[in-house]
Amino acid sequence: MPNVLDSLNTSLRDVMAQDQRVFIIGEDILDPYGGAFKVTSGLSSSFPKRVISTPISEAGLVGIAAGMALRGLRPVVEIMFGDFFTLIADQLINHIAKFRWMYNEKVNVPIVIRTPMGGRRGYGPTHSQSLEKLYLGIPGIRILSPCTIGDPGKLLTQAILDDDNPVLFIENKLQYLLNLRTKESLAEFSIRDDIGDGFGDDLLLPVSYAPSYTLRLADSPSPKLTITAYGYMAEIALEAVLRLAYEEEIFTELVIPTQLAPFQLKPIITSVKKTHKLVVVEEGGRTLGWGTEILASSIEILGKDLEYAKRVAGLNLPIPASAHLEESILPGVQDIIAAVRKSF
Amino acid sequence: MLGEHERGNLKTSKLSDNQSIYRTIYLIRRFEEKVLEEFPSGRFYGTTHTYIGQEANAVGILNNIQPEDIVVSNHRCHGHFLAYGGNIQALFAELMGKENGVCAGRGGSQHLHWNNFYTNGVLGGTVPIATGMALAEKFNQSGTIAINFLGDGAFGEGVVYESLNMASLWNAPILYIVENNHIAQTTPIELNLAGKIASRFEAFDIPTHELSTSDVLEISAIALEHILKVRTESKPYSLIINTHRFGPHSKGDDTRDPKIIAKIRKVNDPIEIHGSRLPANLRQKIERDVNKSIDHAFHAALEDPSPELNLDIKEVN
Repeated sequence: MPNVLDSLNTSLRDVMAQDQRVFIIGEDILDPYGGAFKVTSGLSSSFPKRVISTPISEAGLVGIAAGMALRGLRPVVEIMFGDFFTLIADQLINHIAKFRWMYNEKVNVPIVIRTPMGGRRGYGPTHSQSLEKLYLGIPGIRILSPCTIGDPGKLLTQAILDDDNPVLFIENKLQYLLNLRTKESLAEFSIRDDIGDGFGDDLLLPVSYAPSYTLRLADSPSPKLTITAYGYMAEIALEAVLRLAYEEEIFTELVIPTQLAPFQLKPIITSVKKTHKLVVVEEGGRTLGWGTEILASSIEILGKDLEYAKRVAGLNLPIPASAHLEESILPGVQDIIAAVRKSF
Repeated sequence: MLGEHERGNLKTSKLSDNQSIYRTIYLIRRFEEKVLEEFPSGRFYGTTHTYIGQEANAVGILNNIQPEDIVVSNHRCHGHFLAYGGNIQALFAELMGKENGVCAGRGGSQHLHWNNFYTNGVLGGTVPIATGMALAEKFNQSGTIAINFLGDGAFGEGVVYESLNMASLWNAPILYIVENNHIAQTTPIELNLAGKIASRFEAFDIPTHELSTSDVLEISAIALEHILKVRTESKPYSLIINTHRFGPHSKGDDTRDPKIIAKIRKVNDPIEIHGSRLPANLRQKIERDVNKSIDHAFHAALEDPSPELNLDIKEVN
């Protein structure tokens, strides 16, 4: 069974073969090294002219890729660590996200910027963060995050080939070596797969392929609480769903969006309308994060129908290198279970 | 709307004769003066950055490009836009925030795009964008080159150096034009730039040529030579023009001694330098024509409608 890394690597290989406009741009991506996390492995050998290894110049290389995109190419940029998303902020916010709108819809910027976020590897304060929240809510930027359900490669392929607008593609370091979940491995769940409507906040970007998966245990009592989580936290949330069911007979529904921005509320709201309780889960710091917006919007939409709301997220501290300290700061399965239990 | 404007002044600015060159220089001057004159009346909205004194740069450079060539400009972009052939009325309308403006009022003074002309308002931020555009054309083997205007103030920004490094590494077909007016907003160059601008290009093995003139013909001759080099050799070059800004950075924010500006202006005014090549009666006729065009465009832009925010907002249910 392919893992997430294989799926993304195959996607890049396929789009490069399919479309001469696709360029891969990033640091240390040439073979034999093939990128710090190997997502681009083998590509420079197959497509030497269209895989560009750059200096350590995140702002410059993202700007150069944006210039290429404005002139009809379809660049895919790798930022080696998500922490370095800070370095691309001006190019992203004041250039890439603005061009289409401020030039009165006369240009497109079909650029995809991929990066691995996340901790639990002991890399310490500047190589472990989940900083995608910095760009959530910036008009003109779509943010995707794959999970082991469905097809991460397909999500990436469509972002590269079908979306004419800027996309941030948020991977997670611990996701890469996880196998994609097969139908068999998910047999105990009933799964719904919505293309979420990002109502309220998608004025600039058309919604293209980015499903939200809604999971609950099959043949079980109706769920009494909704959990939502994305990326690697979805794996942890899935474990929490199982343990809550089998150990405590608390039945929950888990909504896993693959699009973080514009916010995909509909599948979450649909679930919470039934359960009236919502726990939002993310690895990044709790304050002003993805979950904060999901809760705020849910309150606006549901009013008194939302009886319980809780954020499970990283503590508002830098991420330490020490394994024990790191574990204390990042949210785990017990934190989710505790947040759910508290509502009953 | 964008792309539908007639390339009004292009026909003349492309004709490399003294009259049409004078016409464009004078047009830029009068446009900027009109903007400054009318700002207090409230007809323009937002901000502006004046190009008065630097007109010969835009005309001398853009006189020599091909229609397909890419021009990436900065906050001080009106002169570049007009020399590129942009429509006067559309630029007035953009500064008024009107629907028929260059970007339908969304961009304003420093965020313009029309044909292959692009500007943005963050200093230095356009340098990687322009470099990437040049590289895209190189990959596509189109023969198109990019011209990137920047000022001395932009050299405080780190992304400029990242871009020059990559432009040189990958031989981007781009000509960087540095309009060194020796003042960044209100801060003189002595207070914010160590070393020489030329050394910065030399450090990246990007050939550079420096000239100190407000004579459009002198600039045009050097520009032509460099544009040809960029196109035939498909690699970056740079041109540093030591120039003079006679007006404020924006409007009413000039902290310099007016006597010093007047002294500089007396010997460096591109209008006088080039205008003196024309017979007086011909020069006056051009000026009358330009003034008429400016007035007409200004009043026509005033009549343009304001844009409406027309978004298909989905209701939450």
